[in-house]
Amino acid sequence: MTDDREHYEAVVVGCGPGGAAAAAVLADNGVETLVLERGTEAGSKNVSGGLIYAEESAPYTIDDLYPGFREQASERPITEYHIHNVAGNKVKSYDITDLHDHDTEWSDAVLRRKMDSWLERRVHERTRETGGGVVTGVHVDGLIQEDGEVKGVTCEELDPIEADLVVAADGVNSELAREANLMDWEEPEEWFQGVKAVVDLPEGAVEDRFGIGADEGAAHLFSGDLFEGVRGGGFVYTNEDTLSVGTVFHLDSLVAEEAEPHELLDALLTHPMLAEYFDGEYDELEYSAKLVPDSKKVAHTSPHRGRLVLVGDAAGQMQAQGPIIKGMNHAVTAGALAAEAFVESRARKSRKAEPTAGELYERKLHEEGVMGKLRPKRYEVAAALGERDAVTNLTDRVLESPVGRFGIKAADSLGIIESAYSSPFMSMLMPDTKTPYVTLPTVIGEALGDRVTGENTIEPPALDDRIGDLTYDVGDPHIELLDESYAASGAAVSACPVSAQDFGGGCYRSETVKTNGHEERVVSLDTQPCVECGTCAVVADTDWNHPAGNKGVEYKQG
Amino acid sequence: MYSVVLTKGVPDFREGVVSFDEDGHLERGETPTVMNPNDKHAARAALQTKVRHGGDVTLMSMGPPGYGDVLREGMEDVYGDDCVLLSDREMAAADTWATAITVATGIQKLDEQPDLVFAGFKTADGETGHTGPQAAWCMDWPILTHVISLDVDEDEGVVRAKRLVQGDVEEIETVEAELPAFVVTDPEFEPTYRRAEHRLLHKDLREETQARAEDHESVMTVWDHEDLNLDPDYIGLDGSPTIVGGVDPIPKAPSEREATDVDPTDSQGMEQVVEELTPYAGGD
Ligand SMILES: Cc1cc2nc3c(=O)[nH]c(=O)nc-3n(C[C@H](O)[C@H](O)[C@H](O)COP(=O)(O)OP(=O)(O)OC[C@H]3O[C@@H](n4cnc5c(N)ncnc54)[C@H](O)[C@@H]3O)c2cc1C
Ligand code: SF4
Repeated sequence: MTDDREHYEAVVVGCGPGGAAAAAVLADNGVETLVLERGTEAGSKNVSGGLIYAEESAPYTIDDLYPGFREQASERPITEYHIHNVAGNKVKSYDITDLHDHDTEWSDAVLRRKMDSWLERRVHERTRETGGGVVTGVHVDGLIQEDGEVKGVTCEELDPIEADLVVAADGVNSELAREANLMDWEEPEEWFQGVKAVVDLPEGAVEDRFGIGADEGAAHLFSGDLFEGVRGGGFVYTNEDTLSVGTVFHLDSLVAEEAEPHELLDALLTHPMLAEYFDGEYDELEYSAKLVPDSKKVAHTSPHRGRLVLVGDAAGQMQAQGPIIKGMNHAVTAGALAAEAFVESRARKSRKAEPTAGELYERKLHEEGVMGKLRPKRYEVAAALGERDAVTNLTDRVLESPVGRFGIKAADSLGIIESAYSSPFMSMLMPDTKTPYVTLPTVIGEALGDRVTGENTIEPPALDDRIGDLTYDVGDPHIELLDESYAASGAAVSACPVSAQDFGGGCYRSETVKTNGHEERVVSLDTQPCVECGTCAVVADTDWNHPAGNKGVEYKQG
Repeated sequence: MYSVVLTKGVPDFREGVVSFDEDGHLERGETPTVMNPNDKHAARAALQTKVRHGGDVTLMSMGPPGYGDVLREGMEDVYGDDCVLLSDREMAAADTWATAITVATGIQKLDEQPDLVFAGFKTADGETGHTGPQAAWCMDWPILTHVISLDVDEDEGVVRAKRLVQGDVEEIETVEAELPAFVVTDPEFEPTYRRAEHRLLHKDLREETQARAEDHESVMTVWDHEDLNLDPDYIGLDGSPTIVGGVDPIPKAPSEREATDVDPTDSQGMEQVVEELTPYAGGD
């Protein structure tokens, strides 16, 4: 220990929902808490769909920890939820508000810049009273490790800081989780990629076009054949006067199909179903993207090491419950439980052989049912069956055959499909195959759907305009391409949401070079327009880090 | 660590704000007065000292009674604790020498002797850069100029600084002076806060100061020449040895090149452009 090193009882890295929740519980228990956030303001780096849930079964919710949250930080409560099965122009829709309502005390649409910056101010007020506070513009780039033990954090902008507890609430692509060897960024199967546009609507249009009242909100999900066979789906959520329109795909599927994420988003935006939302006018405020962990595969069952605990996306705690995406709520619960564990372990400190804060946190995650939701046993059993190609192929063939279609019609007339979609039990079983994402919705759309007659004439901005509209404070390159061969890193050219094949302006480009008489396809990287989504950390061979504090992209909506 | 920041009100020379008459003379009445932009670097240096070492900061200016906005702006930048305005008719129209005498006297009249006095590099109107060094000379203090980074060693009672020396090549020189010292910051000055506690304090001060700046008149002291015990013959216009012979607008440098506008949609014109450029292109 160095004498003049700064020391805080707790250092929380990241001021998203996970960090904010941890900070609230720590501060309320008098723990001196420092929160470090790399953005110019919390939320300036963050993207979600997003609907934040307050689950009835959860021990903590964001409005418990931060009273006034719903009135001041969120957009609209979601009061209706629909899923649309699309086959060409034919669409069959089901009301799945029941699934949405299951275990839901409330659920609000949010925009992250507004939400997280609101939280940041509250977090600062509360932690400042403990002698800590929130410091923004600081990129935590590592751990102080001495004799193999975590002692604190290192930062680009500050001298090393020691702490008794380090909460890694630094989101997906957590550099701290990676350094502690708790998470790696190797397998595309373990991640989703989310891409989103925030679209401005005239005042009053949200109510008119969605048929909802001033204090109501709607969520619409889309699956079927509109995404080039890529496994995943689309969403439209209503904000106060804007819409969040986005897509979430399995990263391995994106890579396998060499799909361009922005084109898939455009496929949704320009589908005739969405014509009525835009009424021929399209004003995109922001384009954004981020990786999303799949908790079924990566939620760490023991997310701690010594003084370090991982919460939220950093620990892979992002649950895709069928079509419903729940990450923020779990980050809140986990952050609060980790803090609670530290407070308890500190109180018992005098006695030896007591569990550490990390061990207590792990126990709480299981006892409070969080791990059960993140890694459902039923899924692991079903996955073993469902993910076998032979089974998938067979199911898909049956579904696509006349027998399947007949079955679908019969099932629908009995109300089985709607109730299956609305069943939380079924949605947990959903295997990660084409069947539920593409085949089934397409067959349903075809067999049962009505033709959409509206014409969608909008033209979403081209990729270079989308990049041009974002705000960047470009710093030093933060990603290093380790292997520039196409075999190792070529997948990023398509999968990077701000790059595309044959597009000269993005981050990744491919070209053919002649070396010693033979031709080779190579990849180059320019991090200037990077939106820090994390995709190329997984699909390319890179040394991937976040930019320095205050540098890089700055989201205004999120 | 007690610091004083010197600042001056200057015409706001930003494009769109500044106003010149037909002869190219500044229209003072039409142009708002703002804090000299270079003084903001001095303010940042003083703030860094306050955050890292504690202590108060006083903002000092010489100017007409209506300098309220300048001082308010200054108070926000410096996160100042109070301000002193040296003001009366006898001080008006002073050159850099008379100003230096007045300011140095003002500093010496403060209840407590400052450890550091900060000034910006050149004012936007006079551009002489003389006032700081002359004031330091009047007080017989060491002066560090062109400072780009600053470190105070309280135990040793010294200030260490890096200064940017511009010549044929740019050099960075490390210098040390005993306190009290006079520091002139360079526009390249960058404060550094490597401790979280300093950044938190910085944030606290910002909030605290905002309120005080709005109400700066309640923490403002005004001294006239009598308060400073200065002989009117040595200050203001009478005490200014500088004689301004005249002011000439700087003529625009004549351009020896000719330019032709080509509309990019005009294919004939563009062909010609390509033809003219071809000899300068590399390769075959
Ligand atoms: C398109 C899309 C749609 C989604 N939809 C939903 C939805 O509808 N509902 C839902 O609940 N979830 C949704 N999610 C997931 C949700 O956004 C995340 O699960 C959630 O944000 C995780 O919260 P967190 O606090 O763990 O991390 P984050 O919210 O990512 O916060 C991490 C914070 O840490 C900061 N940080 C990161 N690294 C560092 C560092 N090294 N140093 C300092 N600071 C750092 C970041 O700037 C950020 O503020 C969606 C995600 C995407 C991309
Ligand atoms: S360069 Fe990598 S991290 Fe940046 S936007 Fe592209 S894929 Fe995402």
